[in-house]
Amino acid sequence: MRTLKISLLAIGSLLLSACGYNTLQVQDEATKSAWAEVVNQFQRRADLIPNLVNTVKGYAAQEQAVLLGVTEARAKASQITVNADDPASLAQFQQAQGELSSALSRLLVTVENYPDLKSDQNFRDLQAQLEGTENRITVARNRFIQAVQDFNVTVRKFPTNLTAMIFGYKVKPNFTVANEAQISRPPTVDFGTTPAPAPTGPEPAPTTEPAPAPST
Amino acid sequence: MIAWLQERRPATVAFLAAAGLSFVVTPGLAQQLVPVPPLQSPVNDLTGTLTPDQVAALDAKLRAFEQAKGSQIAVLIVATTEPEAIEQYALRVAEAWKLGRKGVDDGALLLVALQDRRVRIEVGYGLEGALPDAIANRIIDEDVVPQFRRGDFHGGIATAVDRMMRVVDGEPLPAPVSRAPAQDIPGLSGLLPFLFILAIVGGSIFRRMFGRIGGALATGGVVGGLTWLLVGILGLAFGAGVLAFIFALLGGFGGGGGNGWYSRRHGGGWGYPGGFGGGGFGGGWSGGGGGFGGGGASGSW
Repeated sequence: MRTLKISLLAIGSLLLSACGYNTLQVQDEATKSAWAEVVNQFQRRADLIPNLVNTVKGYAAQEQAVLLGVTEARAKASQITVNADDPASLAQFQQAQGELSSALSRLLVTVENYPDLKSDQNFRDLQAQLEGTENRITVARNRFIQAVQDFNVTVRKFPTNLTAMIFGYKVKPNFTVANEAQISRPPTVDFGTTPAPAPTGPEPAPTTEPAPAPST
Repeated sequence: MIAWLQERRPATVAFLAAAGLSFVVTPGLAQQLVPVPPLQSPVNDLTGTLTPDQVAALDAKLRAFEQAKGSQIAVLIVATTEPEAIEQYALRVAEAWKLGRKGVDDGALLLVALQDRRVRIEVGYGLEGALPDAIANRIIDEDVVPQFRRGDFHGGIATAVDRMMRVVDGEPLPAPVSRAPAQDIPGLSGLLPFLFILAIVGGSIFRRMFGRIGGALATGGVVGGLTWLLVGILGLAFGAGVLAFIFALLGGFGGGGGNGWYSRRHGGGWGYPGGFGGGGFGGGWSGGGGGFGGGGASGSW
């Protein structure tokens, strides 16, 4: 009888470690911290923008429309409170940040017309910081996507899906491509009579498609 | 099975063959990513742009810097990073190499893609204060790009490395310890319950076979041996074995026999190998476990 109890205890503790409860906890926390990092980087970009707008105003005060567009898009993006587990909230957040990205690229295209501004060291530093932040956003987004993928796979795989069902863990929403149809159409290149201003170097990407996740 | 197949109609056999083949997964024709080269030294010139003397000089400088300051700066020269952007490739390399000390994350990578005419400085989390994006951009703009445009690759790289080291030197980082990079042993937390079970089961078996002391010795020996096999650190294995021996000797859940679970005859021995940490396994030159977040700057010439 005692050996039976010992072996039951042994099997019980083996099953507990195999059922994936601990894995779910670890991965749930990983998604939360990955999301915090994403928000952190978007916030970093938002903090850079007032400085950028002021620098551009110093040289190109007449570009009222574009500057105002950036300021307004930033305000709108900062106002949104996001719940990463709610797909609608996540989509809304993505959209607002996407609009801010578009406003920023419009601003940087306009800057092309002001060579004094382009050669200003302050502006070049800000531009470097902006590009660096865009890269950090991409990296943070990739890591979040990976973390959510790991969690979702655990929630859906057998037998850990049973544990997930018992404790009420659901599949989490992930970043989506907002304008998928538009992106899949190749851009039309039109060499018209008036030469269009070319964007400066690697411009901040206004797309929201997830880049290939870095292999870990 | 051959006879069974021969008895079937040819159509059936053909169908089965086709069904079997359909399970063979044909590899996709996706474009191959540039592989991350193994890290053997601070300077990795895959294109042969630098002469061996130049490589040796840079190597010595960077190793000395690591000894003095603790932070790891590496140089990688590749032909191209296509189809990836240089930012993506640089991050992949940095994450694979794990430059910089674990926890301090003071690593930096200078990546040159010759055919793409792109250069990037990838900065670890810990150096982002000393080497922010703006400064990295300045290093590239002012030092690297002009020299690269003249075709002076060694000059550009050497100047960039010098400036990076000077900038990092200004930053008060934690003092370097003698290099013992901690390595996480993967899957160890998953093995702990297994060792736990083994110790319980093994303990009761050994006690029946060898009596109290003998059983405790055997349990301690087995647990210690297994720990040493899995973790490879003699000290830890010895400690685990001793713990297992003590537990087995004292026997039972929380002392005292004669309740429902255990009597003195079957006193349970369970060994708990406690505390796993890193070991020092360094070879040639390896990364210290530092993390990267995508900071840095790129440029082209």
